[in-house]
Amino acid sequence: MEKTYQRMVLAAGLAVAVGMVGCAAMQETDKSGEEALTLMKKDFKSRGQATVDRLNQDDVQALCTKYSGDAALPPEEARRVEAAQMAHVKYPADGKLLGDWKAGEKVAQAGNGMQWSDNPSKPGGGNCYACHELTKAELSFGTIGPSLYHFGRNRGFTAESQKYAYGKVYNSEAFAACSSMPRFGAHGILTEQQIKDVVALLMDPHSPVNQ
Amino acid sequence: MNPMFRGVLVVGFSAVAAATAWAQKPSNTVQEIERYRELLQDGNPAELWEARGEALWKEQRGPKHASLERCDIGLGPGVVKGAYTVLPRYFADTDKVQDLESRLVTCMGALQGISESDAKKVHFGNGPKKSVMEAVVAWITSESRGMKMNVSLDNPKEKEAYEIGKKMFFYRAGPHDFSCATCHSHDGLRIRLQDLPNLTNPRDAQRAYTTWPGYRVSQGEVRTMQHRIFDCYRQQRFPEPGYASDAVSALTMYLARNANGGTYNAPALKR
Repeated sequence: MEKTYQRMVLAAGLAVAVGMVGCAAMQETDKSGEEALTLMKKDFKSRGQATVDRLNQDDVQALCTKYSGDAALPPEEARRVEAAQMAHVKYPADGKLLGDWKAGEKVAQAGNGMQWSDNPSKPGGGNCYACHELTKAELSFGTIGPSLYHFGRNRGFTAESQKYAYGKVYNSEAFAACSSMPRFGAHGILTEQQIKDVVALLMDPHSPVNQ
Repeated sequence: MNPMFRGVLVVGFSAVAAATAWAQKPSNTVQEIERYRELLQDGNPAELWEARGEALWKEQRGPKHASLERCDIGLGPGVVKGAYTVLPRYFADTDKVQDLESRLVTCMGALQGISESDAKKVHFGNGPKKSVMEAVVAWITSESRGMKMNVSLDNPKEKEAYEIGKKMFFYRAGPHDFSCATCHSHDGLRIRLQDLPNLTNPRDAQRAYTTWPGYRVSQGEVRTMQHRIFDCYRQQRFPEPGYASDAVSALTMYLARNANGGTYNAPALKR
């Protein structure tokens, strides 16, 4: 009996201690987070199209910053973000999701767009190859994202797969919260036609991705 | 021909014969760069920057016609040997944590009477438009070659700068949702063919940090950590980080401290 009581007191004490440490750590984190933003706002300057308002985070960016490094994103938060972002995926009005895979290949190769060094009046690229393998012809591909070689063949050349591909490129956060992949459609990085062309690169049976 | 390859081919300096021999046998880019490094291992063009930097350090310049030889860059006035291994650090006279470039701006002002804007004017060189800063940094860093990185967090301001730098590293923003961590917090990743160091992992952080500055073959210039951070933010689609600013010093503090214990080995040769 007495032992049980001692154990309970010990456990309660530990819980309080852990809570206090956790709380102190969180306060420190919040403080340095605010200081970091204040410092960036003091020291970063607008240049070309890359203006300082880009330092302001949206809700997704703030949440993904909070749960980065050692802090794992809680699954319920992830589901909430994905549902909220899914509501913002805008599919083409004409219902056609498949463009021209040859144009899509150019979009996948191009790494320009949205940098202070880029001309904002020129169309930007998707830079897919920076992170993904797509075709066997292009050996210079990155490994930040999974290989997309045989994307259509593996998933089936179905309307459902096309819709998934379009949605994923349009807004990756709707499918995997805090993904490293940009929200190409939602953030206006690529146009509707460019996304259709990238979908064709992934989904057209004649595309080198599916050879 | 990809732009990197083209950059390698157009670069012009004394090892033209070696470069020509190399250019005749293209195979894959990574192997070629390795081969190129071997050909040049006894003649990194960065040595030209180091020599110019040493002369500039000793030259009487600015309204006060003084040299930088009494500048305290971390180990006391005039001590250059090993100084880069303790940077960034806290300096009592400015009451700030400063990286090397920030500190040099302070010294140019205090010793030589050069205004902050003049000191920062040509911060990144471009061909005939040479940078004093890049040369002086090349020389000072070369004087830490072979020594171990030893960045302190003993001062509360150093600890604070480290924590702020860490927050900056993980800060996601901009049209692409990128942070430094998007590319630099995972082991074994590549962007295109370029290996990405995981800067949260001591082994990768050491290897990356201890090899800046580097003579960039693709640019024909010596670039410092300051430039590396500037160009990462450009690709992150962020606005421009101020040169030698407190923000860059804080981020550099995070990166340098994570590299502690690594043997410093720069200026190096990079693609």
